[in-house]
Amino acid sequence: MTKGVAITGMGIISAIGNNVGENFKSLSSLSHGISYPEILDTVHKKLPVGEIKFSNKDLAEKLGLKSGHSFTRAALFGAIAATEAISEAGISENQLKDTGFISGSSVGGMDMTEKYYKEFKGSEENRRFIQAQHPGFTTTQIADHIGFKGFVTTPSTACSSSANAIMLGARLIKAGKLKRVVVGGTDCLTKFTLNGFNSLMILSSERCKPFDENRNGLNLGEGAAYLVLEDEEILKGKKVLGRITGYGNSNDAYHQTASSETGEGAYLAMNEALKSADISSEEIDYINAHGTATKNNDLSESRALQRIFGKIVPEFSSTKSYTGHSLAAAGSMEAVFSILSLQHNQIFPNLNFQTPIKETGLYPVQEGTRKILKNILSNSFGFGGNCTSLIFSTNGE
Amino acid sequence: MDLKITDSVHIKNQKIFHGKEMIFSAKPSADIIQFLKQAYKYLNVSYPKFHKMDGLSKLGILGTEVLFQNRTIHPETALIFSNSSSSLETDKLHIEAMGDIVSPAVFVYTLPNIIVGEISIKNGLLSENVFFVTDKFNAGLLLDYSEILMEDSDVPAVVCAWIEWKNADYDVFLCLISRKGNLAFNKENLEELYHFENE
Amino acid sequence: MKMSDLRTELKRSIIEQLNLEELEVDDIANDEPLFGDGLGLDSIDALELIVLLEKDYGIKLEEPEQGKKIFVSIDKMAEYIEAHRTK
Repeated sequence: MTKGVAITGMGIISAIGNNVGENFKSLSSLSHGISYPEILDTVHKKLPVGEIKFSNKDLAEKLGLKSGHSFTRAALFGAIAATEAISEAGISENQLKDTGFISGSSVGGMDMTEKYYKEFKGSEENRRFIQAQHPGFTTTQIADHIGFKGFVTTPSTACSSSANAIMLGARLIKAGKLKRVVVGGTDCLTKFTLNGFNSLMILSSERCKPFDENRNGLNLGEGAAYLVLEDEEILKGKKVLGRITGYGNSNDAYHQTASSETGEGAYLAMNEALKSADISSEEIDYINAHGTATKNNDLSESRALQRIFGKIVPEFSSTKSYTGHSLAAAGSMEAVFSILSLQHNQIFPNLNFQTPIKETGLYPVQEGTRKILKNILSNSFGFGGNCTSLIFSTNGE
Repeated sequence: MDLKITDSVHIKNQKIFHGKEMIFSAKPSADIIQFLKQAYKYLNVSYPKFHKMDGLSKLGILGTEVLFQNRTIHPETALIFSNSSSSLETDKLHIEAMGDIVSPAVFVYTLPNIIVGEISIKNGLLSENVFFVTDKFNAGLLLDYSEILMEDSDVPAVVCAWIEWKNADYDVFLCLISRKGNLAFNKENLEELYHFENE
Repeated sequence: MKMSDLRTELKRSIIEQLNLEELEVDDIANDEPLFGDGLGLDSIDALELIVLLEKDYGIKLEEPEQGKKIFVSIDKMAEYIEAHRTK
């Protein structure tokens, strides 16, 4: 088995908590964070979302930002989560100068653009907010706030962005190109995405039911999460929370937004992850599924799981039933949940499940379960056919 | 490892270059829509789905049409794409429609990595793919990531690209990286090639 | 409006809305399957047709599955619109 890249810190803010501890408590007590939009100023008041109940003003106060700042909501989330991660990893201000930052986002600063677009349309002011829109700007805001001076970049591959950020960071460390990097992603609720997903008719008007026969769509969510990855050479006895031992990415090459019936991209990505971890499928103890609760994804992903694992699919669940689908941030949020699972030997269940999908007959984990966990597979599949699978393992004493 | 820049394509100022040779030129007055239509016809793309794509994806498809012509492309050829403006032009269209009824077909293209999806679908590529948003063309990033994929992950070839579209301007550069060819794959050569038509 | 005019109007709208650049109104037969082998439309096209129904004829579908029965052909679409239009 591959040794894997060390994870020395993590941070998260989501609809179920403002830090790792709070998220763990919610996951353990089966407390979901799905509600109706209050902060987001939308006409779609009856669409359930995984909204973080803090205004941008509250978030800015938490960060101690001066008034007149132009942080996007996604940047505010990102700064909070990244701060927690580097604090846990004990990264000094000096060390930040050599620390890279890879942060995925899909909406970037869309919250600002949609607020100001009509007001400032055609004016010079407009340029400032149009510039804020693209995902790279949000990454730069977080990097500048924290003080990351190493390599900084923004993967933008829809719902697999932060998973790809983690994979890229791990690869760069393994290849000796980086010694330390903070990886993950951030996304916020916006009218842009709510309206857009609504037009694709894949939003549910109830709390989502991943892997259920009667599932009828996803709930959008928001938040940010990051992992601190460090090279063996610089660990110096630091506590290692877990390791990234495998990763795989493939394009499904089927459709811009729907997955192929046989889950080809998902299958290839999971296969590649197992290969790179140098373990067999039998050694996977639990799968944190992509499980968005759309008709299409859950069937396609289930088929891919059956292709990889055969008759006995390991225990699996979708934690999106707690947080909603936080788009680009989903991969890294679920990475944090996977590490928590490994640390506490606990599987967080798939909420809202009643009936298995007819075509597959698969049952996700429905109750909080204690089990010795060594290797966890985590899936993130994005629009554009981008499928990424990551394997997280215990430090292996 | 002996990686080479096997081939390259530029699309800018209503012109398409294959390597350093100009192979197509529309009238200077042609706007992007006319340019894309004319290039599509000229290159005999013959792929009706093309017309449903947004400008970014169309530029990507045209670029790979030229890059892939007269060669067999391995289905595991990885795609490492990048730009500075993400899907800004299409984002604007979606925002405009938000006052009324939005178009699902427009919304689909409000993610830059859809370009990579479309290219994969058209060419049957089941490969590693990623899209980066960076301030400007970042040869170092493309180089590092390509090397990692080809050295560590058995990837047979890579297409690195910069597909940028903002306001009326587009700037497209693609190159095929493999073990074939004479031009060494390094930062200097990559930057020089990119800047060739950008003077 | 005469049914034949509605059919022509529909064909024009569909060609424009779905970017079927290489087709003319005369290329689409009234009873030709729009999905599957016919015009080869896909799931996003189906969603665009749902938008077209609402924008042009004031008909709002709640489930994407409802579209499957309506968008079978130009004939079927025209019949449905005649029966349910509010514009």
